[in-house]
Amino acid sequence: MGRMKFLCDAERCIECNGCVTACKNENEVPWGVNRRRVVTMNDGVPGERSISVACMHCSDAPCMAVCPTNCFYKTEEGVVLHDKDLCIGCGYCFFACPFGAPQFPNGPAAFGDRGKMDKCTFCAGGPEETGSKAEYEKYGSNRIAEGKLPACAEMCSTKALLAGDSSTVSDIFRDRVLRRGKGLEAWGWMTAYGSGDQQREQKREREGQK
Amino acid sequence: MKAKSLISVLVLVAGSIGLSACGEVPQVTTYEQGKYQGKADAQPWDNPTFKGDKAAWEKAVKNRARNQHEYNRIQ
Repeated sequence: MGRMKFLCDAERCIECNGCVTACKNENEVPWGVNRRRVVTMNDGVPGERSISVACMHCSDAPCMAVCPTNCFYKTEEGVVLHDKDLCIGCGYCFFACPFGAPQFPNGPAAFGDRGKMDKCTFCAGGPEETGSKAEYEKYGSNRIAEGKLPACAEMCSTKALLAGDSSTVSDIFRDRVLRRGKGLEAWGWMTAYGSGDQQREQKREREGQK
Repeated sequence: MKAKSLISVLVLVAGSIGLSACGEVPQVTTYEQGKYQGKADAQPWDNPTFKGDKAAWEKAVKNRARNQHEYNRIQ
């Protein structure tokens, strides 16, 4: 097994927020905290694109690097998790994360009143006995130990959000892109995030050059 | 008397300027790789469902991941 990753296919995401709801329900995430959220680019413009964002379980995670109490660890499958008993709520991980994944529920912690950091666990629980009440209350559901995938990806109605071993996920995405039969514009920024108008303009420019 | 106090002031000032850099220590921080300090976590296959069988767990997760590909399901 390689590394567990999320991949969101912007061509398929319909901004239904089903993943956000599934995560919130599965893990009983506290008020004010969203481990996952849907970000829309060119909102309101025809051809707008949405992607679902949560912790990306970075291979070289900046949150791990900056944590003053060293409460982060990476599992054998590449899932970045943390020990809430050690977290002092300093917020360094929040500033270091480029995706805004670490969230703070407001509450008592050793440092300020942000509370202990909460983030996506890839539905892999945390450093407590697997399936225990303590694990569920602190970190949420441990679906990975049940041989399942994160609830957000499994709930996704259009299967825009994929989760699992990076090689399997990239295989699925590669096959989809080939089936779309777009040719050169199958990959890249414009395909992922550009509006319909921008894509059509790009195509016209390319055809004009021929 | 006046000259004496002036000299003592000058000696004090010269002394404090002369010794001002004596307490300086290098301030370049050397980064040290941290090590996880929290509790140990169990492996996802170490539970009654998989009974420590890593291969069975990997197979279950891989099948689940492949099932996300609807083209595989409809063919």
